[in-house]
Amino acid sequence: MIFETLMIIALCLLVVAIMCNLYRIVKGPSSADRVQALDSVGINIIAGIAVFSVFLHTHAFFDLILLIGILSFIGTTAFAKFLERGVVIERKR
Amino acid sequence: MSGSGEVIGAVLILIGAIFSVISAIGNVRLPDVYTRSHAASKSSTLGVLSTLMGTLLYFLILDGYFSIRLILGIFFVFLTAPVAAHMICRSAYRHHVPLAESTVQDELKDYYMENENLDSEDEEQVEVVEGGIKPLTVD
Repeated sequence: MIFETLMIIALCLLVVAIMCNLYRIVKGPSSADRVQALDSVGINIIAGIAVFSVFLHTHAFFDLILLIGILSFIGTTAFAKFLERGVVIERKR
Repeated sequence: MSGSGEVIGAVLILIGAIFSVISAIGNVRLPDVYTRSHAASKSSTLGVLSTLMGTLLYFLILDGYFSIRLILGIFFVFLTAPVAAHMICRSAYRHHVPLAESTVQDELKDYYMENENLDSEDEEQVEVVEGGIKPLTVD
């Protein structure tokens, strides 16, 4: 009973963290702020899935942790290359 | 035995969640891109690592289930989150996103002006908007 309450408290803290990052996504003056906050939201979602799988006591969601980690990194890398060079995949010349 | 697993899991998961909240507060309150990236990458990575380690120990002690996918997730997040923050900060610096007004020293500027300023001849093409950036035109 206490354990489930602690898990719900942890989920609420993660929701507060995602809300703060959403504020930075909406307000952030430069694009790099927004990309950084989106990456942070992805990492918080990974933690949320882990807490939720403990809360439901199931093993079924562990693939999602790996998947969201990889997708978040690839998205952040593509955005960083786009902001730096103007293209994501460069042509050979 | 099962009680110890629940205690260890709950303590590590709560520590991870609190670190995530601290990282998000730093992401709101700090003055410019680079300090915000510092807060968002480091303590957020520590928070998610602590949470995933708590999950792993919970299932290991309570069920005897050792998840190799969770180990891979921990390793991958630990490896890639600082790299992503590094790439974002570098792209921000190369597009002249301004530092905070309370900055006293910019050691990268001299090196950047000497070695990396490859587009100095078309410097006027780079428009520095208010805190924002416009990508270079690539032909």
